[in-house]
Amino acid sequence: MTLDYASQSHYLIALLPEGIVTLGAFAVLLVDVFSRGRDSGPGGPWLERISVLSLLGAVAASLWLGFAVEAEPGLVAVDGFRLSGNLILLGGSLLAVLYAVDYGHREGLHIGEFYALLLLATAGMMVLVGAQDLVLVFLGLELMSIAVYVLTGFNRRDPRSAEAGLKYFLVGAFASAFVLYGIALLYGATGSTNLSEVMGVVTARTAEGSVLLAGGVLLLLIGFAYKIAAVPFHMWTPDAYEGAPTSVTGYMAVGVKAAAFVALLRVFSVQLAPAADFWSGVVWWLAMLTMIVPNLVALVQNNVKRMLAYSSVAHAGYLLVGVAAGTAFGRAASLFYLAAYTLMTLGAFAVVYAVAGKGDRRMTLADFRGLGWRRPALGFALLVFLLSLAGFPPTGGFVGKLFLLRAAIDADQVSLAVTLVLTSLISYYYYFRVVWKMYFEEGAEQAIASPGRAFRFSTAVCTGGVLLLGLLPGPALRAFERAGSEVATSEAIEVPAAATGAPTVGAEAAGSGP
Amino acid sequence: MTDFLFFLFSAMAVLSAIFMVMQSNPVASVLYLVVTFFSLSGLFVILDAHFIAAVQVIVYAGAIMVLFLFVIMLLNLGSAEVGDLRRGLSQLLAGSVAVALVAVFARLFLVETDPAVPEASALDPLLEAQGAVAAVAEPLFTRYLVAFEVTSVLLLVAVVGAVVLARRRAP
Repeated sequence: MTLDYASQSHYLIALLPEGIVTLGAFAVLLVDVFSRGRDSGPGGPWLERISVLSLLGAVAASLWLGFAVEAEPGLVAVDGFRLSGNLILLGGSLLAVLYAVDYGHREGLHIGEFYALLLLATAGMMVLVGAQDLVLVFLGLELMSIAVYVLTGFNRRDPRSAEAGLKYFLVGAFASAFVLYGIALLYGATGSTNLSEVMGVVTARTAEGSVLLAGGVLLLLIGFAYKIAAVPFHMWTPDAYEGAPTSVTGYMAVGVKAAAFVALLRVFSVQLAPAADFWSGVVWWLAMLTMIVPNLVALVQNNVKRMLAYSSVAHAGYLLVGVAAGTAFGRAASLFYLAAYTLMTLGAFAVVYAVAGKGDRRMTLADFRGLGWRRPALGFALLVFLLSLAGFPPTGGFVGKLFLLRAAIDADQVSLAVTLVLTSLISYYYYFRVVWKMYFEEGAEQAIASPGRAFRFSTAVCTGGVLLLGLLPGPALRAFERAGSEVATSEAIEVPAAATGAPTVGAEAAGSGP
Repeated sequence: MTDFLFFLFSAMAVLSAIFMVMQSNPVASVLYLVVTFFSLSGLFVILDAHFIAAVQVIVYAGAIMVLFLFVIMLLNLGSAEVGDLRRGLSQLLAGSVAVALVAVFARLFLVETDPAVPEASALDPLLEAQGAVAAVAEPLFTRYLVAFEVTSVLLLVAVVGAVVLARRRAP
């Protein structure tokens, strides 16, 4: 099947995953309205069922688009890169929905709008990931951001949540203005918002357009840097992450960052590659600072949720190394790292909220004392996530860092590679401090409520996924390598089925380790 | 006729802008700002920019100014405000900026008597044939239809979000 966009209805097919998720959100809203006041509470179990089904439908639609559909250049790309991005995002959203079920029941946040906003944010992320036009880049970014602002402030009874929502909104609106101004300048410099046309003009650029072009590229980069929370544009992150309901924090750290990174890779390392002399130096500095600063600040954090917030900022730095490399392998390594990062970060935040108890009260280091002996399964899961975040074998985080290192060295970015290793060494201290508390210190007996079925299932998936990516990274890496090298060409790209191995399915992934 | 309308709308815009700044009552200030926006939209009509004129009235005079009024009335700021601008340095600064602005305009009028007229762009024949509204609407509903639809979802998210955050009964 080939889409040439001669008729606008072809976009219905090209945007099928986004459409399914959006319809799912509508269905959730309607079911919620018409079932208010029933005995099983608003919506009952149907809300999460519809959410999960529509996300699974979007996974299927993405796979079908990736394998069976070819497309001419248009507003949206139909390529392997988008497929990989979609699968990572949808996997993250599925896990986030399952965690939200558990968390929502405990905190009394189990209402339809929560799932609807989560689904709409996912739709926005997928638009962002697939956008081949700067107008759609902006719209996807806004759709994602506005939904996540509301989710951040969702727990209105908690003043921390309200404050976090307001802070995130103000900073995010500021960042959106940067993106929009950058897009306007790029349009002024190139006469088009379509990324392929922009790329064509930039490749054949003349000297007089350089100021506009440089301004546009830099403003766009600053806007993205806010969204991925790169230093020095990260000041909002710890407060927003700490105040948000913890299941939302995981989703913010994972979904928003992954979507913004995939878009960053597409826009900068592919379409604006001819203008690399404008942005590569800036990305180098961003990567450098984002690796060093949060790793040092995290050393003195006593609140585990805040520590994980700084850790997620640091991981944006590692991922920026893949952007700075600017090669196809750099993109593949970034995708692989994003898949591992999604699993380990979502899982770590989930364990934190399970330990914290109702109202998210117990989140200091001392509350984790003896966790490994009192709740062996929970402790083991957190151990795996922390090992992976620190970059220890045999986990996905270790292999991902290895690939990023290779990408950096291949691209002659040795200084970035050295910094990556050194800052990872620093980060061992604050990750292993938690492990030490968990296994080698006696804790006061405190009841940790037994988490629900959805929680146990998704934590098992996260743990299994992290270990699988660490033990058998071959199939996933090969899939991401194809996706990274064949991005945004006009031909359709086929990605082997193993691409699904990373975020969701994975059980059938078979292949050799490194 | 066009000259007369131009001077009428220009005078209205400038005068009401001055009145807006000089009012001590915020509500009156906002109402003068609305008059300024209407005059600007009249100027846009004279320039054949009908679409921008309509947007000016609907978005600025309609939506944004009503929002301003609501906020002022809800926060009960209707009473006269005491001037809170600091004397001295800030007045000096504001005065010098104003003088510089006047100097720039004076130079434009006196020295460069013949302002640069932009060259005919590719848009002009389109404007001749269809008018300004169609020139905006045509790509909006053909090439950028997807973007238009995504925008509608964006508005839905904004509405749902506003309801969630503002409803009386906490979730």
